[in-house]
Amino acid sequence: MTEIATPLWEVFIRNRSGLPHKHCGSVHAADATMALQAARDVYTRRGESVSLWVVPSSAIIASDPVDRDVLFEPTGSKIYRHPTFYDVPDEVGHM
Amino acid sequence: MYTQALNADESQRDQTLPAPDAAKLARFQAVIDAEDKIEPNDWMPDAYRRTLQRQISQHAHSEIIGMQPEGNWLTRAPSLKRKATLLAKIQDEAGHGLYLYSAAETLGLSREAYCDQLLSGKAKYSSIFNYPTLTWADMGAIGWLVDGAAIMNQIPLCRCSYGPYARAMIRICKEESFHQRQGYEIMVTLAHGTPAQKAMAQDALDRFWWPVLMMFGPSDKDSMHSADSTKWKIKRFSNDELRQKFIDATIPQGRYLGLTFPDPDLTFNDATGHWEHGVIDWSEFKRVLAGDGPCNRQRLKARQTAEAEGAWVRDAARAYAAKRSQRQATSQVAAE
Repeated sequence: MTEIATPLWEVFIRNRSGLPHKHCGSVHAADATMALQAARDVYTRRGESVSLWVVPSSAIIASDPVDRDVLFEPTGSKIYRHPTFYDVPDEVGHM
Repeated sequence: MYTQALNADESQRDQTLPAPDAAKLARFQAVIDAEDKIEPNDWMPDAYRRTLQRQISQHAHSEIIGMQPEGNWLTRAPSLKRKATLLAKIQDEAGHGLYLYSAAETLGLSREAYCDQLLSGKAKYSSIFNYPTLTWADMGAIGWLVDGAAIMNQIPLCRCSYGPYARAMIRICKEESFHQRQGYEIMVTLAHGTPAQKAMAQDALDRFWWPVLMMFGPSDKDSMHSADSTKWKIKRFSNDELRQKFIDATIPQGRYLGLTFPDPDLTFNDATGHWEHGVIDWSEFKRVLAGDGPCNRQRLKARQTAEAEGAWVRDAARAYAAKRSQRQATSQVAAE
């Protein structure tokens, strides 16, 4: 096949629950309008969504898995960022 | 993420650095043993990547080819309700194929490459879709048995070690349940209908039962890929285990219909609590998989024709997109 590849788009949907848009997969489409249409057909056949985003896959900048420890490990030792780190006297009750 | 550019970068880096393979391999296996997921840009052994490329794309091809036997009855569905549900089911098959291609693409091969493998006849798809759908009852038998077998196979795949595949399977399994129930409902209606309708249901069961059992693949003692797939947590149950689960679940459903299974050796073993089946004709399975089933040529030809006849639509869409982006660029320059 000598045909030019059709661009890839990442699809994000927001469901009724009020949660943020969430990545759900990808579609191929020549332009943004067709990408939205394809995303609607492929990923929302059962009322999963009240809002759709499509983003050209090439526009996404992802962190490198190799850097995982450098990026995310430092928070592991900072347990004082969690409420359970602090003692509250029992007499005070729920806080 | 799903960008292929990143994957390309990583493979280049792997070539330039002397890779500490044993250490990487150990880390990879540790992630899997901890029931964590492998994601697209994580390091993975080539064999793991190739196994998944093959398995996920074959799975996708099966969904796409699987639209054909059902499409055969779409215009002849016996009522508007049946037609609407069958249409929804066929649309789901297309959707499942697309979720799966989307997952397969994260492994570094393009959609076009996978589709070419199918169209050239290089890639395999499930043997079951090479059988013809001769009567309306086959729509019932396919939903009940073929989708029932698919669910048995697919539920463990929701916990597969490769993240994008596992996520696609979760969506698919949710939707597959509708498929099986709509098929069984067709069978119930026919089995409780006129004698002719019941005979039609029995005939469908007779023709599909053995091919459906073959869907689980060769017996464990003859299966090639299982050891690695098990270690990598791609496959959690063996072919024979899944086949047994399916038979145990399905026999009571068939009995409720008042239908008989075309296997004189089918017996319930009181000691094990399992149904035991007769000998499967693996020569038929091999023949169908090798391309010599009743409908192999027809299925592939239909796919090739659809691809060729859709080429002008894809061309037009690309030309329109190119024209619009060019106009946008020109008007931007003019505004500046």
